[in-house]
Amino acid sequence: MSKSTSSSKITGKSSSKKTTAKSTVEHNHFVAPYDASVSFDELPDAPQPSKFRFSFTGWVGIIIVTFWIIIAITGPFIAPYGENDLPFPDAYSEFQVPQPGAWLGTDVTDRDILSRLIYGAGRTIGIAFLATTLAYVLGVILGIGAAISNPKVDMIISRINDAILSLPTIMLGLVVVAAIGSSIPVLICTAGVIYASVVFRLARALGQEIMVMDFVEAARVRGEGLWWIISREIWPNARMPLMTDFGLRLIYIILFVSSLSFLGLGVQPPQADWGSMVRENLGALQYGTSVIPVIAPAIAIATLTVGINLIVDDVSAFSGGKLSKRL
Amino acid sequence: MLPLIIKRLGIGLITVIAVSLIIFLGTKILPGDAAQIRLGQEATEANIAAFRARLGLDQPYYLQYINWLFGFFTGDMGTSLASDKPITELIYDRYENTVYVATLTALIGVPISLALGIFAAMFPGSLYDRFLTMISVSLVASPEFLTATILVLIFVFGMGWGNAVVVGSIEGKGFFELYRHFALPITTLCFVIASQLIRMSRAAVLNVMNSPYIEMAILKGVPRRRIIFRHALLNALGPIVNVVALNLAYLVTGVIVVEVYFGYPGLATLIVQGVQTRDFILIQGLGMLFCLTYVILMLIADIAAFASNARLRHPK
Repeated sequence: MSKSTSSSKITGKSSSKKTTAKSTVEHNHFVAPYDASVSFDELPDAPQPSKFRFSFTGWVGIIIVTFWIIIAITGPFIAPYGENDLPFPDAYSEFQVPQPGAWLGTDVTDRDILSRLIYGAGRTIGIAFLATTLAYVLGVILGIGAAISNPKVDMIISRINDAILSLPTIMLGLVVVAAIGSSIPVLICTAGVIYASVVFRLARALGQEIMVMDFVEAARVRGEGLWWIISREIWPNARMPLMTDFGLRLIYIILFVSSLSFLGLGVQPPQADWGSMVRENLGALQYGTSVIPVIAPAIAIATLTVGINLIVDDVSAFSGGKLSKRL
Repeated sequence: MLPLIIKRLGIGLITVIAVSLIIFLGTKILPGDAAQIRLGQEATEANIAAFRARLGLDQPYYLQYINWLFGFFTGDMGTSLASDKPITELIYDRYENTVYVATLTALIGVPISLALGIFAAMFPGSLYDRFLTMISVSLVASPEFLTATILVLIFVFGMGWGNAVVVGSIEGKGFFELYRHFALPITTLCFVIASQLIRMSRAAVLNVMNSPYIEMAILKGVPRRRIIFRHALLNALGPIVNVVALNLAYLVTGVIVVEVYFGYPGLATLIVQGVQTRDFILIQGLGMLFCLTYVILMLIADIAAFASNARLRHPK
C-alpha cells in the first residue's frame, strides 16, 4: 500500500490521495520522497510553475547569440579562406576595399577580413566562455564554502577577495601579462581568476541568504545530508540569479579579453581575435581608404555582448532580478 | 558615522598594502630577472651582479619591498629599465596630458549624463526614457574602441576635422582650441562614463522616488517639478556622488584603451609600453599610481554612501 502511494504522482487535485498519504505518515516513520517521479514542485501546496516567455527583444538576443555560436563552432569549415591566407596573392595591397572574393575587404597584411572575423569568433567566444566557466567554478566553490564555513575562514577569504575586487581589472591583467607573458591559457586563467572575485561575492551572499531560510532549516532538522540540501534546496533557489549573472560576467569577460587583445597583450598575432584585429588594422583609419577592417570586429563584439545583454535582461526581469541587482 | 568612516579608511589602507603586495609580487614572478633583461644575453656574470647590486636586487624580497614602497611614497620610484630615466621624470612628462583629458571628461561628461539620467527618472517609462535606456545599455555592452571608431567616422571622415591622432603639448593654448585638438579622446571617454552614469543616476533617483514620503508628497498635490527638486534630488545627492566617484574610477580603466587607440601621449600608453618592453620598475610605479587613484575614488564613493544615509549620520 505505502509503496504504491509513494511511487504514484501526488497531484494535489484528488483529495482522497492526500488523505491516504497522511495515514501512511501516521503509521510509518516519514522518509523524504526520493522517488524520481515525485518532485517538490508537484506537492499539493507548491505554487503553480510560472510560464517563462521571452519577449521580442529576448528573441532578438537569442537569434544574435545563436548566430555567433554557430559561426564560432563551424568557423574553420565555412570560412572562405584560411586565417592567414591571402585572397589575392597576385595583387598584394593592404586594406583593399570589399569586392567579390573578399566581401569585407582585406586587412593590413592583405588577409581576408571575413575569414579572420569567422576564425576570431571561435577564439573570442571560446576564451570568454572558458574564462567565465573557470570564474564560476572558483567563485561558487569558494563562495558557498565561505558561506557555510566558520566565520574566521570566511573573513580571511572575504578580505583577500575585497583586495582583488578593489583593483581595476585591466591593471591586474596588465601586471599578470607583464609577469608571465601572453598566451591563450594565461589569458583564460587571468580573466577567470580576476572575475571569480565578483562571482565569489554573489555566491557567498546567496549562500548566506538561503542557508538561513526556514526551508533549509527544516531540511536540516529532517536530517537531510549536505548534498541533498545543496542540490534540492539551495541550487533551485540560487539558479536564476547565478544564471543571469553568468550572462553578465560573460559580457564583461568578452570586453576584458578584447581590450587586452586590443592593447596587444592578449591573443598574439598571427592568430585572429576580434580585439587584436582592431589593433592590427588601426592604420586603416589614417589612410582613410576603408574603415571596415576596424569597425567590423568592433561591431561583432558589440552585437554579441548586446545580444547576451538582451537575453539576461529578459531572464532577470522574470526572476531573481532583484537579488542580482542588489549585489 | 565617524567610526564607520575610520573603519572604511582602515580597510582602504589595508587594501593599499594588499595592492602594493600584489603588484610587487606580480612583477617578481617574472621569468629571468631584471638585470638579465636589461643587459641582454652577452652580459658577463660580474656585470649582472654589479647591476643587481645597483638596483638593490641582491637584497631579500621583504627589504626590496619596503624600499620600493617607501620610495614610492617619497617620490622616488627608481629608474626605468628601458630608457634609463627616473620613473618620476617619465611620469612628470606625461601626467599633464592624462590629467587634462580626465578632468575635461569629468567636467563635460558628468553634468550632461547626470542631467540626462535625472530627466529620465522624472518620466519613467516614457519614450525618452526607453530610448535613453536602450542607448545606454548598448553603450555599456560595447567596447570603447567601437565608440571611438564611430566617432572617428563621424568627425574625421564625415566632417573633415583632420587627423584623429593627437600629439603635442597643451601649453599656451586656449580652452576651446585645446578641446578641438583633444575632442575625440575626450568625447569617447564621455560616452564611456555616460553609459554607466545615466543608468545609475536614473536608478538612484528612481529609488528615492519610490519611497513613502514622495508618495505622500504626490498625494498631497505637490507639483512634480517641486517633488523632484525639493524632495527627491536632495536625498538622492549621496547616491549620486557615490555613482559619480564610481564612474570616475571606471575612467581609470577606460582611459587605457582610449589613449592607446588615439596614440595619445599619456600615462596609460606609458604603462602599456612598459608591459611590452617588460620594464617592470615602470609597471610597479605606474600600476601602483593607477590603483591608488582607483582605491581613493572608491573610498570617496563609499564615504558618500555613508554620508547620504540619515540612519548612519544620526545614530540612535
